[in-house]
Amino acid sequence: MARIAGIDLPKHKRGEIGLTYIYGVGRAQSQRILTEAGIDFNKKVEEWNDDELNKIRSVINEMKVEGALRSEVQLNIKRLVDINCYRGIRHRSGLPVRGQRTKTNCRTRKGKRKTVANKKKATKV
Amino acid sequence: MARSLKKGPYIAYHLDKKVIKMNDGKKKTAIKTWARSSMISPEFVGHTFAVHNGNKFIPVYVTENMVGHKLGEFAPTRTFRAHSGNKSEAS
Repeated sequence: MARIAGIDLPKHKRGEIGLTYIYGVGRAQSQRILTEAGIDFNKKVEEWNDDELNKIRSVINEMKVEGALRSEVQLNIKRLVDINCYRGIRHRSGLPVRGQRTKTNCRTRKGKRKTVANKKKATKV
Repeated sequence: MARSLKKGPYIAYHLDKKVIKMNDGKKKTAIKTWARSSMISPEFVGHTFAVHNGNKFIPVYVTENMVGHKLGEFAPTRTFRAHSGNKSEAS
């Protein structure tokens, strides 16, 4: 069982993909880590030996991942909310921050549709 | 797209001038301004700006965290007053 940065990596995936299960590691970072550790991208996670695991761990130790990264992101958002700027207000009200349209779409930010009873329909949907 | 680094940040010249004058004179009054696109420079900290939002002037007290943002970010131009029949969620 490969356990890195407090995360259990999936056994049967290629190393390049497996590493992306760590928060803060995407494809680009995972490729960089494996190159620095000198491991083939295609090698499965379960095929890594202890030596290789330690090399990967030492590379990841220098990065900001998981809890530390999450809290940094939260702090950045909190700063925006505290200074009461436009982006902070959007974060507070749970609406898109970067100027997207809100007449339709942006369901990711707004959550499930809340139907308003007896609302006049303008046109057919 | 981000502004060219060569030019440096955009800080409205007249604001900069007024702030420096006030810093020398140790006098603090709100500065009325329409320059919403002006970046907040470190000298502005501790001053109050009355930033126009298209209708009236919104007082903005500048703190250290605000440096690097623009004045307009702190004076919203739109008012949202809850949807009809949405009384519980009104904010």
